[in-house]
This record gives sequence, C-alpha cells and structure tokens, in this order.
Amino acid sequence: MTDSTESGDLRLTGISKTYGGSFTAVHPLDLTVPHGAFFALLGASGCGKTTTLRMIAGLEDPTTGSVLLGDRDVTRLPPYKRPVNTVFQSYALFPHLSVYENVAFGLRRRGAARVRERVGDMLDLVQLGDLAARRPHQLSGGQQQRVAVARALINHPRVLLLDEPLGALDLKLRRQMQLELKRIQTEVGITFVHVTHDQEEAMSLADTVAVMNGGRVEQLGAPAELYENPRTTFVANFLGTSNLIGADVVSAGGGEVVVTASGVRLRLPAGRCATAPGADGRLLVGIRPEKMSLVHRDEADSVPAGRNRFTGTIAAAGFIGVSTQYLIDSPLGPGVEVYVQNIERDPRLTPGAEVVVHWNPEHSFGLDAAQDINSGVETAGDPS
Amino acid sequence: MTAAKAPPADAPPPVPSAPAVPPVRTAPARRRLTPYWLLLPGVLWLLVFFALPMVYQASTSVQTGSLEEGYTVTWHFAVYGDALAEYWPHFVRSVLYAGTATALCLLLGYPLAYLIAFRAGRWRALLLVLVIAPFFTSFLIRTLAWKTILADGGPLVEILRTVGLLEVTALLGMTEGDRVLATPLAVVTGLTYNFLPFMILPLYTSLERIDPRLHEAAGDLYARPFTAFRQVTLPLSMPGVVSGTLLTFIPASGDYVNAELLGSTDTKMVGNVIQSQFLRVLDYPTAAALSFLLMAIVLIMVTVYIRRAGTEDLL
Repeated sequence: MTDSTESGDLRLTGISKTYGGSFTAVHPLDLTVPHGAFFALLGASGCGKTTTLRMIAGLEDPTTGSVLLGDRDVTRLPPYKRPVNTVFQSYALFPHLSVYENVAFGLRRRGAARVRERVGDMLDLVQLGDLAARRPHQLSGGQQQRVAVARALINHPRVLLLDEPLGALDLKLRRQMQLELKRIQTEVGITFVHVTHDQEEAMSLADTVAVMNGGRVEQLGAPAELYENPRTTFVANFLGTSNLIGADVVSAGGGEVVVTASGVRLRLPAGRCATAPGADGRLLVGIRPEKMSLVHRDEADSVPAGRNRFTGTIAAAGFIGVSTQYLIDSPLGPGVEVYVQNIERDPRLTPGAEVVVHWNPEHSFGLDAAQDINSGVETAGDPS
Repeated sequence: MTAAKAPPADAPPPVPSAPAVPPVRTAPARRRLTPYWLLLPGVLWLLVFFALPMVYQASTSVQTGSLEEGYTVTWHFAVYGDALAEYWPHFVRSVLYAGTATALCLLLGYPLAYLIAFRAGRWRALLLVLVIAPFFTSFLIRTLAWKTILADGGPLVEILRTVGLLEVTALLGMTEGDRVLATPLAVVTGLTYNFLPFMILPLYTSLERIDPRLHEAAGDLYARPFTAFRQVTLPLSMPGVVSGTLLTFIPASGDYVNAELLGSTDTKMVGNVIQSQFLRVLDYPTAAALSFLLMAIVLIMVTVYIRRAGTEDLL
C-alpha cells in the first residue's frame, strides 16, 4: 500500500499448488525476482505459469510455500491488501465505467489524493489522454490493453503482474505494444512479472526468463544465456529451434568432448555440456540452425579445417526473405534445419542437391541423452 | 409502413439488366418481400388478440346503458373519475402489495441468483430446475396450499407468534392479532411466492453473464469483497434487477387470485374489483375503465422507474 518507497525483491519460496489433492499445477518452486526487473515466465499453456502469477497476486492460495515482498510475508494477505497489481488476460476492464473511472478505480478504493491529476498523468503516459470519457467497448484492442496497464500501474504497485497481456492482439500490434511495455517499465522502474507463451516476446522484453514446463521451472536466466546454453531438450526446442543429434562419446578431456554420430565425428566444448556424458556414453549434441553454414558438395574443399561437418542432401528449401531455411537429410538423421542468410544466394542449393553442412564446434552444446529429444517441439500436441 | 411499400414502387426501374431476361427480375422482388410474409402471422395475432380487444375495451369503458336495454357508446368519460373515486383504496393496495412483494422477491431472489451464478458449480443446472419446478404444479393448487401453511394456529404461524414477528407485522398493519391468513401479509406472501421465479431467472441471466474476472480485478485494485460487489457486480447486474422487478411488479399489480384465496374483504386489490365488476356485477364500463386506469398507473410507474434506473446502455 506504500508508494514504492520501499525496495525489495519478490521471493517465492517452496511455493506449490495442487488442485483437489491430485492435479499439481505448480511443483514446489523457489524464485527470486530482483527489484525493478522485467521478469518473464515462459511456457506452453497448462505449464503452471498463470497459476504462479495468480498466487503472487493472491487470487489463488498456494498449497505450500510463501510469497515474500522484501522482508514482508504476504502469503496470507487477500488480493486487496497486497501492493501488487495485475494486467489480466483480455484485460477485464469494467464495462460500465469510463476509461477515466477504470484507471481511477484503485486510487478511489484507497482514498488517494489528487486523483484527477494522477489519472491524467497516467493516461498521458499510455497515450490515451483524449479517450478518458470513452467506455472500454468503444476502444480498439490495443487501446484497451493500454487502459489495463494504466489501471494497474497508477497504483504504483511493488510488482506489476502481466498475464498474457498481448495475447489478444494481432502480430503487428503486439510488436508495437512490446516496445511500449518496455518503454513504460524503463520509465516507471517497477518490477514486472510477465507471463507469456510467446518465446520471442519473452526474450525481447525480459531481463530474466524462467522457462516453465509441467509445473516446474526448467531453466532460468538471461535470454541470451538461455538461448545459447539450454540445459534441457525442452528449453532447446521451446526457445527457438534446435537441431539435436544423439551421439556416442569417444573421448573427453582438455576442455573438449569428441563424439561420433552415425560415423560422423563431432567436437564440442566441455564447458557447454549441461551434464557429464552418461555411463552409457551417450550425449545429445545441439546446434542452432542459424549457426550452421551450407556449401555445395563441389566446394567441399573450401570448408576450413577444424570445423564440425557432415554431408547430406537438401530435402526442402523455404525462402522467407531475410533467410532461406533448408531441411537436410543426412546419415545423422532426417530434417536437420539450417538457416542461411540471403546475402549471396547459391542457385545450386535446391532440393536434391548434395551439400556439406559445417559449423564452429564452439557453437555446439551438449544435453543429457536420457531426455525426450522432442520435448518442447511446438508441433507436438501435448504441451505437458 | 412507407418503407414496406417502397420496394414494389422501385421494382420496375431496374431496367439496366433488361435485355430479354424478365424472369430474373421477379425473383429478387419476391425475396425482398419474404420478411414481410414471415411477419404476417405475428402481426395478425397481435391485431386479433391485442389491438382489437384493446379498442373494444376502450369503447366499452365509455358506454352507458343496462344489461336489458344493451350498451351504447355515449362517450361517458366520467366513468374514469367515478371508478377512481370509488376504488382508489384498491389501487393503493394493488401498488402497495405488488411493490412489497417485488421488494421481497428481490431480497430473496438476488442472493439465490448470485449463488446459482457464481457458487453453485456443478449444482447449477439442478438449482435452476428447482427454481422452475413449482411451475409443474398448478398456480391455483400452490396458492391454495399456502392457505394451509398460513392457517390459524398452524405451526408456521405459531413460530412467528413465539418469535414475536407477528407483533412487528401488526405494527406495520400487515397482520391482526394472532392471524396471518386473511391479512395483507398473507396476500403479500402469496404474491412473493408465486412471482419469485420471475425475479430469479432474469437476475441469474444477467449475473451469469458477468465475467468473474471483473470481481477479481476489483479485488486486485484494492476493493474489499463487498466494495467489489457494490462497485462492479451490482451495477453490471442492473439489467437483471430491472427486468426482474418489472416481470414481478407488473403481473403482481394486476393479480387477484392471491387476494381472493389468501386475503379478506379488506385486502381486495384492483384485480378483484375488475373481476367482480365483469363477472358478478356485470358493470362492463366500470370494469373496462378500471382496467385502463390500472394499465395507465403501471405504465407511468414503469416509465419513471426505467428512467431512474438509467440502465438503457446496459440493456
């Protein structure tokens, strides 16, 4: 209820949620969101991210664990006593109140002073000053979204919770609102916890992303860190696209791991292996499609020494403007994805052509081979 | 009506598509008339069973004469003044009883509708059926049953007496002594009971349409549960409150069965007077005039009410 003079991190300790004693939406979870951070909870629907958010808001009682704001335990506080506000999925604006009254709602409940001035300032911040008298149904989706942000933000919450705030907008507007949200967050310096299933949105907005799957946090870190060093197949596949190749370890030492997959020798840095190779000596080698290069077989000699390489056949090629996406069939398996920037296009690289795929060994990462290799692949029907 | 006649008048001009294909032209014309043909049964029904009886009733009210010599229209408007002068207490009672019953229906019905809409979970359908279930028994039987429930010295009356509630209602002029039957309270009870479903169903419909996340959003914005209800749920349920009160008040103010079966000669409503004027006294002009007066009073009250409720943009 204070006006953000206190600082302090949002901490979740051992928080979990079980419904009806059988279905566990969130497994015991520890999470610290530093004060002023833009934090994203990323995952497919049903992964427990919204439940986590609702427990922070007080709209859901945790089965175990506690929610702390700074040093204050707010676990047992009802929502109306928590210094936390929410931007709801599809906004939940009050349809019978004007934009002005929607934004003023929280201030009025707390009997705040200078309501008119503060609502005016807030509407200016979200660029809706001239629409104050309108009703929500008279606004476009993007405008409603901004009212929802303004309505929550005007209360200077310690933490602003955003539940899929851009989910109802079309792609172009979503990009625009992402920039807007980032601008607002920088401007007000309030901690944002943003729930989304859109990995690009999470990576472009957040300082820290927690990838959730099946009620657990799979991995947490800065977007680039998660993208470059995924620790599970789910993160590797859900965040962007990864080529994962099952391989046998030949030798490990000197900071380098050498593996073979279907007779192809590959090297990768030991520092980028999520786990030490298993007892059976199996490992999953991962490479992002944009890290790989492609040359026609006639120019195989031009590939510098020391790079990982294999030979294959182009199965499909998709031109998408900035790049061309190739699917390569090879002894390593079908459908290795390679993205090539359209700088100089080799006209010989068409389906059926024999090619050499090569990349810097430093760009490979290693994952525990005991996992489901397809976990988190977007075409997979069941997200859990 | 002019709009309805316009299309045939415009029909000939579309000549541009002329060159020797006349059958094509008639099909769109016929299609344009289809909605009006579909309207016809409904319009006829209203004409025969609403408009004509209204005109007939209006003309009856300004007739004079007797049963033996027959009635003729003499534009005897004084009948309205006379009817009002003689039966104004009945009008007052009608409005008072119907108003009280409506208020009671709202007080009983709102929490029930709220419960069914937001808290009933999987029992929702069952509870709704239970609200409507009484309709499976005849209206008369159910009202007669209340005669037994409210009978002198019956268990319910004894409880009310022991608790001391009868003294309170006696102070309000709703009961006399240890009796409930044949008092205004009995009539109001009967009206409340009979019209309760007409209050609950529209209330339920409008409450059920409210997104429960709005209540959550209000809580998130520092509104205590009761404030959230007062600021969000209640205003959004006003369309249901308005239609529920109208569906209860309008028929209740014209009701005579409850006053007939549960009341006494001192609790007669306008409906009872109209009934006896039409069927026993056979004074048709007075009965017709009373009907129109009741209609006018209800119409004025409803208009004022809807204006004040200010729910036009929510309806």
